[in-house]
Amino acid sequence: MSAAEQVESIFREEHGRVLAALIGHFGDFDLAEDALQDALVEALERWKVAGIPNNPGAWLTTVARRRAIDRVRRSVALERSLPLLDSQPSYDEHDMDETQIPDERLKLMFTCCHPALAPEAQIALTLHTLGGLTTHEIARAFLVPEPTMAQRLARARAKIRNAGIPYRVPPIELLPERLDALLAVLYLIFNEGYSATGGDEPIRKELCLEAIRLCRVLVALMPESAETRGLLALMLLHDSRRLTRLDEAGELVLLGEQDRLRWDRAEIHEGIEALDEALALNDPGPYQVQAAISALHAGAPSAELTDWRQIAALYRSLAIMTPSLVVEINRAVALGMADGPQAGLSILDALGDLAQGYYPFHVVRADLFRRLGRTEEASASYRRALALCDNPAERAHLQRQLDPLTGEGSEHGKA
Amino acid sequence: MKYLLLMYADEAIGARYSKEELQAAGKVWAEFRQEIAASGVLMSSSGVAPGSSVTTVRVRNDKTMITDGPFAETHEQLGGYFLVDCKDLDEAILWAGKVPTAAYGSIEIRPLWAPGS
Repeated sequence: MSAAEQVESIFREEHGRVLAALIGHFGDFDLAEDALQDALVEALERWKVAGIPNNPGAWLTTVARRRAIDRVRRSVALERSLPLLDSQPSYDEHDMDETQIPDERLKLMFTCCHPALAPEAQIALTLHTLGGLTTHEIARAFLVPEPTMAQRLARARAKIRNAGIPYRVPPIELLPERLDALLAVLYLIFNEGYSATGGDEPIRKELCLEAIRLCRVLVALMPESAETRGLLALMLLHDSRRLTRLDEAGELVLLGEQDRLRWDRAEIHEGIEALDEALALNDPGPYQVQAAISALHAGAPSAELTDWRQIAALYRSLAIMTPSLVVEINRAVALGMADGPQAGLSILDALGDLAQGYYPFHVVRADLFRRLGRTEEASASYRRALALCDNPAERAHLQRQLDPLTGEGSEHGKA
Repeated sequence: MKYLLLMYADEAIGARYSKEELQAAGKVWAEFRQEIAASGVLMSSSGVAPGSSVTTVRVRNDKTMITDGPFAETHEQLGGYFLVDCKDLDEAILWAGKVPTAAYGSIEIRPLWAPGS
């Protein structure tokens, strides 16, 4: 790692912790952000000459605190037309290494993910303040113009200040719902990186890794929360498959067709470990169930040799915790593998009208019909799915499924 | 911090109440008033007259224009307000959730503007 890369990695790593300490100290998001920027600029110059300090976080916090005080003095002086005080402090770099900074990141996480902020603002603020991603990076990752993202961040900070959103870990009566909201934000960040097929791939990957990194921090700060560990497990297990989800042409590759030898074994191992730790806390929840499903896939040598019966049972538990169309459709897939296509179709048939407008419903139905040899019903279902789906990668995939059934391979097959 | 809790609801709902429902609602309101009065957060409160009594005024080019009805014609109308002094937004949210009309209408939380604070 070059010196510049090392400094950049330290900045990224320390950003959330230092900022959280500054906000805790000054109670002002904007002041804290400005002061941290001052400190980062100073660090870039100073560390080039003096080397990287033993405790870079303490160094940055100490310098940023002084810069914040400078800023306050300057604005007070401006208001009162007083002469500027001498703001060049003398400080002992050795002292800074010894400074204990309280870890206030948990407060910062809860403030950034307060439900009074719009979800997209929660995501942007979390990535910016805790993740240390620049406005430019977040704007690129979410495919919006940089000024739009800058405005979104500024508005969120203004709301925190003007609406009196507290900077604290929520009291016990609010904690469960607020923690749910926080975990949802981390999972949204992860999915934004994981599910997108468009956009700039390296930046997308960054979102997955950042969500995992922040979730690790949260696990360390709330070790007793089973669902936090469950979410970490889920993200690690999904991420282990990230590289096999798209082929060279950028087409989506479904789980059954992915090259399992290229799944990241280290991530799978860590994910299963996190899941075991979560389950040991004996407080089940939807993230743990989803992680358990993902772990069964991760441990299976092929789609055929997967424990589909166990997966179907887990989807049943999930349906009780968080009933949804998606969960039922996944349960139909699992049961269709465990007990045959007819069992899957029975679940789908029980879903009612709401499912009709949802294209994955028709995709799964088509596949089950195809396996039963009911070609015409399969074709009709693929056509219904195509009519409802507007993601180009998924459409191309559906067309490839439909063509052999209708004998029209020549027209679309090469597209 | 000071917050205005603005109660919005469909005026037709209350008008349709039976005698028993009105009595039940009156009891819920009395309990809520007692609780918020005892808490010390309440600075002032009042109901406002229905939308049919509202007048809106605009001055353009020195000309005063007067129209019948509220500024925004929406399904839910302002029914009253509570001005509360709370520690933070979470406390204001807690009180907003206890306002009886929150169960069928909406409570908008407006922080009072305090520049520089």
